[in-house]
Amino acid sequence: MTEADGAGAQTLDVSLGPQHPSTHGVFRMNVRMDGETVVKLQPVFGYLHRNHEKLAEGKSWLGSMPFTDRLDYICPITNNWGYALAVEKLAGIEVPDRAEYIRVIVGEMTRIQNHTAFLGFILGDMGAWGSALMYAFREREKILDLFEGLTGARMMANYMRFGGVRCDLPAGWLEKARAYIETYPAFLDEMEKFLTGNEILLSRLQGVGVMSAERAINGGLSGPVLRASGVDYDIRKVDGYGVYPRLKFRVPRGTVGDCFDRFMLRILEIRESIQILQQAFAQIPQGPILNPAVKTRGFKPPVGEAYGRIEGPKGELGFHLVSDGGEKPYRYHIRPPSLINLTLLEEMCVGTKIADVMVILGSIDIVLGEVDR
Amino acid sequence: MNFIDLLKRIPEICKTPETLPLEGKKLILDFVTWLGSLVGIAVPPWVLTLVNILVVIVAIIAVFLIMFALMSVWERKILARAQNRYGPNRVGPWGLFQPVADGIKMLTKEDIVPRNADKVVHFIAPIVMLVPALILPVLLPYGRGMVAIDLSVGILFFFAVGAGSEVAIFLAGWSSRNKYSILGAMRAIAQMISYELPLVMSAVIVALVAGTLSPTGIVEAQGGYQFGFFPNWFVFTPWGFVACVLFYFSALAESNRSPFDLPEGESELVAGHLTEYSGFKYALFFMAEYVGMFAINGLLVTLFLGGYQAPLPFLTFIPSWCWFFIKLAFLAFSLVWVRATMPRFRIDQMMQFAWKFMLPMSFAALFSAAAWHYAGRGLLGWGISAVLVAIPYFALGYFCFTRHHSADNRRYLFSE
Repeated sequence: MTEADGAGAQTLDVSLGPQHPSTHGVFRMNVRMDGETVVKLQPVFGYLHRNHEKLAEGKSWLGSMPFTDRLDYICPITNNWGYALAVEKLAGIEVPDRAEYIRVIVGEMTRIQNHTAFLGFILGDMGAWGSALMYAFREREKILDLFEGLTGARMMANYMRFGGVRCDLPAGWLEKARAYIETYPAFLDEMEKFLTGNEILLSRLQGVGVMSAERAINGGLSGPVLRASGVDYDIRKVDGYGVYPRLKFRVPRGTVGDCFDRFMLRILEIRESIQILQQAFAQIPQGPILNPAVKTRGFKPPVGEAYGRIEGPKGELGFHLVSDGGEKPYRYHIRPPSLINLTLLEEMCVGTKIADVMVILGSIDIVLGEVDR
Repeated sequence: MNFIDLLKRIPEICKTPETLPLEGKKLILDFVTWLGSLVGIAVPPWVLTLVNILVVIVAIIAVFLIMFALMSVWERKILARAQNRYGPNRVGPWGLFQPVADGIKMLTKEDIVPRNADKVVHFIAPIVMLVPALILPVLLPYGRGMVAIDLSVGILFFFAVGAGSEVAIFLAGWSSRNKYSILGAMRAIAQMISYELPLVMSAVIVALVAGTLSPTGIVEAQGGYQFGFFPNWFVFTPWGFVACVLFYFSALAESNRSPFDLPEGESELVAGHLTEYSGFKYALFFMAEYVGMFAINGLLVTLFLGGYQAPLPFLTFIPSWCWFFIKLAFLAFSLVWVRATMPRFRIDQMMQFAWKFMLPMSFAALFSAAAWHYAGRGLLGWGISAVLVAIPYFALGYFCFTRHHSADNRRYLFSE
C-alpha cells in the first residue's frame, strides 16, 4: 500500500480511474502521492479504443463520415468538417460558398456549445454539485435543438459531405438560430459574473497547472490550452480554411497559462464565435450546397496523401489520409487534440494537490472518445 | 381518577400550545398511573421515572429522525430548484414519501464488506458514528422548560460527545482498506480537528458572557428586548456576530457540508470514507451526519440566535418550541443554499482558512466580548467591541489574505 521513497518519505500509489467520477470517461491516472501532493502521475488511456483508424481503412471514403461523429462526441460536426476538409484537399474538390458559410455557422455553434459545456464540467470537477453544469447544459441543449432541426440528430450529426454539406438549411432555421444567438450573450454575461466573482473558484483556478509558452509549443499543445499559455496560434487564422478569411474576429490569448487562463479563454472564444456567427448570418449567400462534380457512389480520390486540419473547439483536429486510388483509404490517421493536449498532464500536475489534478484535467477539456479512438 | 378525566384534559392541553409538549408528557404519566389503578396496584415511582425517560428519548429520536427524513427530500428539492430541475416528485404528494422509498432501497441493498476489510471495525464504525449524533440533541433546550437533560456543563458535554464522530470517520476509512477511504479519513481528521478549535472558541465566548455552560442558562441570558423591540440575542452584538459567523463556518466543516465536503470530495475521492459502505450501513452514516448537522445548528441557535426566544415581543404568542424549530429550519435551508452555490475548497486552502483566519478571529472576538462586558454592555461597549473585532479583521485581511485572487488582474491579448 505504501512504499518508502528515496528520501524516506511515505508515499501512496493510487490508481485514479478508470471508473472515477471526474476523469471525464474511462481514463486512468496512476498517481503517486506524498500526503496530498502529487509526486508522480502517469496517464493510462486506451480503455475506449474502438479501432477507429483501422475500421476506416475497410470502409469507403464516405463510409467513415458517421464514425467521425463518435470521435469527440461533444462536438461531432467539427469532426465531420476536419475529415471532409482532408478529403477535399486530397481530391482537390471545390466547396460552394453557401456550403462554406453553413459549415462556419454549425462549426462555430459547435464551439459555443462545447465551451459552454466546459464551463459546467470544470465547476463539477471543483465540487460545485452540478449547479453550473445544469445551466450550461440548458443552453447547450438549445443549440443541440437547432442541430436537430438541421441534421435530424442532436449529436451524431453526420452532416458534412465531400464538397459541401448533406442538406440545406430548413426554412426558418436561420432566423431561429439568429434569434437564439442574440439571447446567448446575456446568459454568458451572467455566467461569467457568477463564476469569476467567486472567491473559491478563483483560488482553485489561479496559479494552478501553469504551462509556459515554450513547453506548450514543444509539447505540441493546440487550441485554447495553447493560447492560454500566450501563443498566438489559431488555425482559422493560420490556414485560413473555409471562409474564415472573409470574417472579422480576434484570437484571444492568455498571459499566465494557468487553469484560470484556460477557463477565461473559453469565455472569450465564445464571444468571438458570436461575432463570427453574426457576420456569417448576414453574409450567407444563396446557391448550391454541394459540389455536383463529386460522386457519392464509387468516390475515388487520386493517388496521393493529404493532411487536412481545422481549429476544433479543443484544438488542432487533423486527418492524415493516404489514397492508393481505390474506394477505400489506404491509411487513415487522426491527430486528436485531446490526446496531444493530455501528454503534458504530468508536467502540469506534479507538485500540486490531488484536488488540483481534477481541475487541471478538466481545464484541458478532453473527451475520451477522441483520446482513445 | 378515571379515563374520561384524562380524555377531557386533551382539549385543555391543546388550548395552550406553549406548554403542549410538557403537559402531554404529564398526561402520559397519568395514563400509566391510571393503568396501574386499573389492575389495582399503585405504580411504583421508579416505573414512572423510567416511563418519563422513555417518553423523552422516543420523542427526541422520533422528532430528529422525522426531521432527517424530511430534510433528505427537502434538500434534494431545494438543490434541484437551485439547479434548474424539479427534484424528487414521483413518490407521494410532492415527492414527500421519497425517504420511505429510499429507506426500503437501503434496507434491501446488499451489504458489501470488502474482502480485505477489518470486518469488526467496518461493522462498528456506523454505530460509533450514530450514537454520539443521537446523544447531542438531548442537551438542547427546545422550548421553555423543554430540555431532556439540563446539564450545568451542557456545552462542554456537547463538544466532548460530538468529537466522537471524528473517531468513527477514521474507523470507517481505516477499516475499509481502500485508498480513497483512507485519504478521506485523513482529510476528515485534519479538517475536523482544525475546525473544532474555532468552534469551541466561539462557544467559549458565549459561555464567558452568559456566565454559564448550561444551554438553558445561555438562552435565558438572551431573553428580553432592548428598547422594547430589539432582541437581546448575542448575534446582534459585534463580537457575537463574528463568533456566530465563525461558528457557522466551523459547523459546516464539522458536519462535512459543502464547501467543506473534502472528506467525501466526490470529484476527487469518489466518496471518501463512505466508498466501501453500502446498504443500511451507508444509511446510518447518512442519518448520523444529518442528525449531527441538526444538533450542531441547534447549538448555534441556542448560543447566538436566542434559542427559543421570539425575535419580536408581539410574536411571543407563537410557542417557544416553534421558534426553535423555525430557526433551525432556516439554518438548514441556508446550508443547502451554500451547498448549491459553492465549489469545494482545496485542502491547503481549508487549513489556512482555519488556522490563519478563523482561530485568530475567534481570539479577537473573545477579547472583544470581554471588553463589551466590562464596558457595561451598553452603547459604549458596543462601540469598543466593534473596533476590537474590526481591527483584527482588516489586519488579517491585509497581511494574510490579501485578495491576490482576482479576475481583474489578468490581461488578455487579442490578435486580429
